[in-house]
Amino acid sequence: MKSGEFSKEVLRLDPKREVERICGRVRELMLTQVKRRGLVVALSGGIDSSVTAALAVRAIGKERVIGLEMPERYSSGESQRLSGKLAASLGIETVFEEISAALEAVGCYRKYDEAVRMVVPGYGEGWKSKIVISNNMEHPGFTSFYLVAQDGAQGTTRVRLPFKPYLQIVAATNFKQRIRKMLEYYHADRLNFAVAGTPNRLEYDQGFFVKLGDGAADIKPIAHLYKSQVYQLAEYLGVPAEIRRRKPTTDTYSLAQGQDEFYFSLPYPEMDLCLFAKNNGVAPESVAAALGLTPEQVRLVFQDIEVKRSSTRYLHLPPLLVEAVDWQ
Amino acid sequence: MSLQEEIRSFIVDNFLFGDAGTLNNDSSFIKEGIVDSTGILQLVAFIQEQYRVVVEDEELIPENLDSVSKVAAFIENKMKMAALVGEELEVAVGGADGAV
Repeated sequence: MKSGEFSKEVLRLDPKREVERICGRVRELMLTQVKRRGLVVALSGGIDSSVTAALAVRAIGKERVIGLEMPERYSSGESQRLSGKLAASLGIETVFEEISAALEAVGCYRKYDEAVRMVVPGYGEGWKSKIVISNNMEHPGFTSFYLVAQDGAQGTTRVRLPFKPYLQIVAATNFKQRIRKMLEYYHADRLNFAVAGTPNRLEYDQGFFVKLGDGAADIKPIAHLYKSQVYQLAEYLGVPAEIRRRKPTTDTYSLAQGQDEFYFSLPYPEMDLCLFAKNNGVAPESVAAALGLTPEQVRLVFQDIEVKRSSTRYLHLPPLLVEAVDWQ
Repeated sequence: MSLQEEIRSFIVDNFLFGDAGTLNNDSSFIKEGIVDSTGILQLVAFIQEQYRVVVEDEELIPENLDSVSKVAAFIENKMKMAALVGEELEVAVGGADGAV
């Protein structure tokens, strides 16, 4: 591809056609493979779960789709308000499950705080925190993870996370996605429904999900779509503008955290284009010209994509068997 | 055991289930898929605890940490630097004592 030809237009799709294609395929898969009579969708008030729910409604009807709202102690109030708005606009039934007590019971908050105290000994009541990654675009090297902690007086501490506390913080936080998935399957089982997962292509490809947490589902209707394309479908499907304008967030840590702070090298519009370019053999020089980066920076992003694919590969794998067992 | 052997032994025990296979001292941990970014954290924890050196943010680069020989050279350099700083401190403290 020549320089100048590559632009965000490569991700432009025909929303009507794509919606019809996805809905046809969802119906077919539900009928021939999944064989359950409806879909459970966990709603976060974000773009991915909103589009997934809207597609599910189009595919199988609003009476066969149920939305789950599952906030916890540190969820933003905005998430619940927007998921309520989405559910109302789709006319679907919702179930509200506050999961803080379940998280408390399994020790999620205690284990998290314990891990944080390994690096910030004074951490406790009234503090908030999140994890951010090193900026590999500015300082090429191995990815490092930092804890950002803020006390009640608004003083902020930023400290590089060593091996043990980093793993324990992530492990404790993963309880949130796994408790939610357990509830999604509870409701799916009681209704004879299946569970729809909500990852977009960027998340699916780059392993930005928790195994047996938000990574678990029976069907993932938007896993083939770049995030920019999810936004195009959102507009076509009439997802409320407030949701379409909301900045992507993980809504997982007590301090607000953008997805590009925690996982991706670039904000999603640029990350989408880099992933597309890498998948389609576009030269770094062409990508750099379109994104206002240097070819070297694009090469670093390409490399980061490869590293993440490799290090998260196991998240995609089913349980592995010593020898094949024919069950079909 | 030489520094290289110690590093190699840590890598083989922790990342290869004790089987060195084709690992040589110049094998790239990342390219060979031996150590990923979480593994680098584990390697850094080992270096800091075992050799009492502090690995700075800007030192977390493949040039320092991506093979047995690179890690050994990095640690050797860090220890030399630490010793030099220690000597300078001793001289400074000695000088101050002398003045008193």
